Amino acid sequence: MTVDTVGRFERALEGLEVGLERVTAADASERIGTIAAEPAIGVPLPFDDVDLPASVTTDPMAAELTAARTGITPVGFAIAEYGTVAVESTANGAEPISLYPERHVAVVAESDIVPDISAGFDRLADGFDAGRDSVVFATGRSATADMGDLVHGVHGPGDVHVIVLEDR
Amino acid sequence: MAQHTRSEQADRIRHLLETEGPAIHAHASASNARRKETYGGTDDLEELRTEARSIKEAAIDRLPELIETVREAVEENGGTVYIADDAADANAYVTDVVNREATNGADGAAASPSVVKSKSMTTEEIDLNDALEADGIDVTETDLGEWVLQLADETPSHIVGPAMHISREEIATLFNERFDPDAPFETATELTRFARDHLGEIIDGADVGVTGANFVVADSGTITLVTNEGNARKCAVTPDTHVAVAGVEKLLPTLSDLEPFVDIIAKSATGQPISQYVTMLSPPTDSPTLDFDAPDKPITAGEGAAADGTGADGPGTQDREFHLVLLDNGRMDMREDDQLRETLYCIRCGACSNSCANFQSVGGHGFGGETYSGGIATGWEAGVHGQESAAEFNDLCTGCTNCVDACPVKIDIPWINTVVRDRLNRSDDPEAYDFLVDGLTPDAESGGLDPGKRFFGNIGTVAKAASATAPVSNWLADAGPVRAVLERTLGIDRRRDLPTFRRESLVDWFAGRGGAAASSRRAARADSRNGADIDREAVLYTDVYTNYVDIDRGKAAVRTLEALGVPVRVPNLPESGRAALSQGMIATADRQASRLYAALAEDLDAGRDVVVIEPSDLAAMHREYERLLPVDSYERLRDGSYEICEYVYGLLENGADPTALSTGDGAEPVAYHSHCQQRTLDLEAPTAAVLERCGYAPELSSAECCGMAGSFGYKREYYELSMDVGERLAEEIDDGLPVVASGTSCGDQLETLLERDVAHPIELLAPGGART
Ligand code: SF4
Repeated sequence: MTVDTVGRFERALEGLEVGLERVTAADASERIGTIAAEPAIGVPLPFDDVDLPASVTTDPMAAELTAARTGITPVGFAIAEYGTVAVESTANGAEPISLYPERHVAVVAESDIVPDISAGFDRLADGFDAGRDSVVFATGRSATADMGDLVHGVHGPGDVHVIVLEDR
Repeated sequence: MAQHTRSEQADRIRHLLETEGPAIHAHASASNARRKETYGGTDDLEELRTEARSIKEAAIDRLPELIETVREAVEENGGTVYIADDAADANAYVTDVVNREATNGADGAAASPSVVKSKSMTTEEIDLNDALEADGIDVTETDLGEWVLQLADETPSHIVGPAMHISREEIATLFNERFDPDAPFETATELTRFARDHLGEIIDGADVGVTGANFVVADSGTITLVTNEGNARKCAVTPDTHVAVAGVEKLLPTLSDLEPFVDIIAKSATGQPISQYVTMLSPPTDSPTLDFDAPDKPITAGEGAAADGTGADGPGTQDREFHLVLLDNGRMDMREDDQLRETLYCIRCGACSNSCANFQSVGGHGFGGETYSGGIATGWEAGVHGQESAAEFNDLCTGCTNCVDACPVKIDIPWINTVVRDRLNRSDDPEAYDFLVDGLTPDAESGGLDPGKRFFGNIGTVAKAASATAPVSNWLADAGPVRAVLERTLGIDRRRDLPTFRRESLVDWFAGRGGAAASSRRAARADSRNGADIDREAVLYTDVYTNYVDIDRGKAAVRTLEALGVPVRVPNLPESGRAALSQGMIATADRQASRLYAALAEDLDAGRDVVVIEPSDLAAMHREYERLLPVDSYERLRDGSYEICEYVYGLLENGADPTALSTGDGAEPVAYHSHCQQRTLDLEAPTAAVLERCGYAPELSSAECCGMAGSFGYKREYYELSMDVGERLAEEIDDGLPVVASGTSCGDQLETLLERDVAHPIELLAPGGART
């Protein structure tokens, strides 16, 4: 993982109007809390010593999924070239939690940012071998031009933030 | 085509030009411009296209085996695969799944079973919605464009942007009438918000989600959905039963084969580097099912699942059901068809539609069959709905080849159109006017071919006869009653100026000034004057128009070459077959290709260069001849033939002296319109470079096409469309600039539109200008 790759990721996200913040594991919880509009739901973060803010509901009920304004999920990896995050369809609900609320906060370890789509497919293949074989490459915000002009936030989130854990 | 259908077709096209054309043009041309820009910025684009193409070739070759592989993989994942022979079979299966799920489902008894769908052209192909509705099932499209169509009860006008023809104002009117909101909808944002909320509720309550699939990875049973809105994700994850309907051709062997497609599909479709959501699911997935009828129940299985939610058999899976319906519906037969097979490589990105000038003017409703639209629709419609379904719009492909560089899997779309046109020609009933054309048309076609097609397809013979009888033939052709007959029998629109045939052909003129021997002397004199040692000899290919109609550009070419030290021969050569190809007369073109090659073989053996003025004839030699000649002959002619300005460029690069030509003042502005097929051959740049070397500052046109496209614009039913396309080009050209164009028909069209002379660039460059 070179700083260059993170820089490339950041530039790609800028073009997509997606915010990126690099934080240490120790500061992550607080930063996530600031970005998350409430009510917020989430998936427990699998990174050592990183917790979701206390106000975030995990294992949400269906009604909470509908009401939530923010969904916070870890992502398996990210592709710098296109500003893509890989959301895995897990039993703890990463797919609906990243999709239903109007804001998605994706948390990724810096060591999981790969430079390009080829490297992304290598990671994808490793995951498939390990049984993680349902993945969404999400790039930027949900969009449509079907109503005449470009509008963001159609069926998916219209607002996306990426938190990069610089020491993970 | 009989007269009444011609005028009906003209009316229909006129109607579309007025109603749907403006919205289509705005979207399609913007997508095309973005696609070009993104292609230009992608370093490994050609590798990507080549790789995608070869993966598709191999996958279609191995298709029966891949079907078995995917069946095993999906069943091992816990899903079901159903191979549907045809539309009725597929529809019956899906209806059955929905009814079963609605009765057994844990969702509680809804009034009637309900389905939410994400966009899928394959389900359009089989009319799945109609079949489900006929069985009392509620169906809701969730892609916003598809939903608009469903509300408006219309059909898609574009394979990627199905509601592209409907403007925002029209959508607002439709929504306001239908939903009667407190404050009327106006902006795209308001319309989108409303649609999202409305559809969101329907998705939450649905029994079954139906999606298509852009790709299916056989060995892992993974379906890939490429979307920007996120509705396909919701349709797949929300209801506990997911049905994916895909054509069998969507199968790819392994995950690594998917990579180039994920990388290229958004680039070609909309010019985005990648789509917002590339969803790769190997269902049934581990994602928890969502039961909005039980709002207080956690969607996950609680802490246990949350702590390690990544298990292959997480608790969510137990309720999930997945069905992959693989549709044949003619595809396995297409696979056996050497000409149509290529259609199965299509990834339905719509780039061919966006790049097509005619499509930009009228959209898919003028340019489509039952389901598919745009250039490649000819292959799809002929394959899945039958040849007749492709018949109506197949003419709209003018063979311009703009789509050839756009297609991410390198399908020769114009060739597919030529083939289908050829098959249609052969199946038509003999028509009444055959006798009129018979005397003029020594072609290899069986009877029953449309007389207009035979006329244009045999234009060489027609031109020869007209030249022999000029000027009488010209007076006759201009006479009102004759124009009426030409329009009625051959479909030649009477608003078009007809070419004026010259009594003295280019070949006659050349022979009259001393032929090859005199040309050698002239070239040798020029060579000794300039001091450059150009050791080349050229044979000028005289196309029909250059030989009989626009002979000035032929003379200019001869003089230019001689002035640069190249001796020229101008023999009487057979036609290239381009005219026949444009009318779908492949047998005739095949015979002509062989004759032309035979006539040129000795020159090629003697090391002479074949120099061609008309780009479409060169394109026949460089592209279609690959299918018509033995490979050695094809390569030999391709490698030994050049477009005139390309050839001049080569001479100048090798020391020929540009001052022997008519040069500009260093930066003399001139508008230059290349030719569609010339651009596909990457030969626009050499002309521009020659003009620059000779002191001109060419301003290149960016419009897709002039609209004339050989005989297309002469045809009564397409006259208005041709002018509509041409006007976009004319608007680009500055008033007062001299204009040059490489194609004859481009020049004719521009002269009509701009009301001034338009010459070939070689006429501008020739020593002494365009003397006659
Ligand atoms: S033929 Fe090529 S360009 Fe046209 S839709 Fe298919 S893949 Fe896209």
